[in-house]
Amino acid sequence: MKAKHVKKLVYHIIVAGFAVLLLYPVIWLVMSSFKESELIFATADSLIPNPFVLSNYAQGWEGFGNYGFGTFIFNTAVFVVLVLIGHLISCSLIAFGFARLKFRGRAFWFAIMIMTLMLPYEVVMIPQYIIFAQLDWLNSLKPLVVPAYFGHPFFIFLLVQFIRTIPRELDEAAIIDGCNTFGIYYRIILPLITPALATTAIFTFYWTWDNLLGPVLYLNSPSKYTVSMALNMFLSNETVSNWGAMFAMSVVSLIPVFIIFFIFQRYVVEGISTSGLKG
Amino acid sequence: MQTHMKQNLWGYIFIGPFIIGFLAFTIIPIIASFYFSFTSYDLFSSPEWVGFDNFRKMFTDDPRYLHSLKITFIYVFAGVPLRLIFALVVAMILNTASRAVGLYRTLYYLPSLIGGSVAVAIMWRNIFGDEGIVNIALMTMGIDPVRWFGNPTAALWMLIFLSVWQFGSSMLIFLAGLKSIPQSYYEAASVDGAGFFQKFFTITIPMLSPVILFNAIMQTIAAFMTFVPAFIISKGTGGPLDGTLLYSLYLFMQGFEFFHMGYASAMAWVMLIIIAILTSLIFFSSRFWVHYESEGGR
Repeated sequence: MKAKHVKKLVYHIIVAGFAVLLLYPVIWLVMSSFKESELIFATADSLIPNPFVLSNYAQGWEGFGNYGFGTFIFNTAVFVVLVLIGHLISCSLIAFGFARLKFRGRAFWFAIMIMTLMLPYEVVMIPQYIIFAQLDWLNSLKPLVVPAYFGHPFFIFLLVQFIRTIPRELDEAAIIDGCNTFGIYYRIILPLITPALATTAIFTFYWTWDNLLGPVLYLNSPSKYTVSMALNMFLSNETVSNWGAMFAMSVVSLIPVFIIFFIFQRYVVEGISTSGLKG
Repeated sequence: MQTHMKQNLWGYIFIGPFIIGFLAFTIIPIIASFYFSFTSYDLFSSPEWVGFDNFRKMFTDDPRYLHSLKITFIYVFAGVPLRLIFALVVAMILNTASRAVGLYRTLYYLPSLIGGSVAVAIMWRNIFGDEGIVNIALMTMGIDPVRWFGNPTAALWMLIFLSVWQFGSSMLIFLAGLKSIPQSYYEAASVDGAGFFQKFFTITIPMLSPVILFNAIMQTIAAFMTFVPAFIISKGTGGPLDGTLLYSLYLFMQGFEFFHMGYASAMAWVMLIIIAILTSLIFFSSRFWVHYESEGGR
């Protein structure tokens, strides 16, 4: 009996110790952001900031080019919300069509959708850029947001899988009660797929919040920069001593990601375990 | 007949957005990209037809391209297997009845959660600096510090480590797969006197193989397209000495720094072909190692 306890203890020490090792860089980043810039690498072997300062946050929050970091957060939030609305509406409509309606060409279009899932963005990146330039959409959010209103294959697939688990008897009962097709979507299916919609919303948030390539291609004026672009600017303007501000704003950029994760953990873990969404 | 028409109409109303988006943002760009790949085009003057010149140049006249292709292959074929093996080992360790598993699962997943962000790439750049914590750790273990930014091979491994560090999402998928294997299989094997490794190779791996296949394909595609870490860690240069010049980064530079849009389009097509070949190789190989229960095993 005693040997079993020792074995259990050893297991927990190893597994927990490995978790600390894995997360040590993140802990180091957070703790370093409270150190004086000059001390970050001089005292890299210690986690404890001495003295503990908030000046990095103050300095980083000032941003650059007359725009504070608050502006970049606001820009990113607008970007995220617009994409989020687009994905929720379009993906649920499209997924309902694929999962529930019988029409000619359904199998064909479904196959096409699965194929676009595998298509590298690089193949369409350059012509898309040229098209958006012709439309005079450069230096605006439009090229980044408008496509979201036409569905996203990952989420369509996720929602289709989810809708297929809902019994068809519900649809039939609704038809008897006088619902038309749109009514079935809106009154029956939509309320029942909220868990899958939550997964869609959460991953849309992560991917949009972290998106760097899109904003780098399409946004030029600092007034429109997103958080990830602003961090990239900090890096390009990196001088010997302003690591502190860059670290501090890196930490700030991770806070919303962690908050969303801890609130909606269940949906994130289920989303990945059941559909293989990449986190 | 009437109801058929109506059904078709409803179907196309619902999936209509997808079809419009597919035509506008995928099919037209794909056709355009195909055309551009045979042209010389700088975005400002009109495209000039050059035949197969871009493709010829890539493989015979652009050592930087071949180098980029080579390091991307190293990145993919070192990073993806390491990440999957790591994910599987950790998932097996965590597949116990302990109540703390939920917490560990969360902690191990966190790197995957934040791994794609600019913040983490910045962090990675700094922990691998000459005076960063990685070198401090190496020195405490009595190993000589490495100049990660002074050596192209070391810089590439820095990127591979970042990819392996994010094993968490694969681990979650494996964990779900492990939980679905009936415990009775292991019990029966134990009764027959099977050891740990025997059970691992005759029960765990075959039962998990469809999930491993899915992960291998998705991760290979994603790894081939890696952009952000290489862009941030090298400050957009692909340095040192092109050590981190991953395919996507070089494509981006050709397109949007040198404005060789035709050449970059050709690169994108070669990338698509390589990804298609890799995916089908994994897929066709799967008949030799993936076990589907509905077929009653092989």
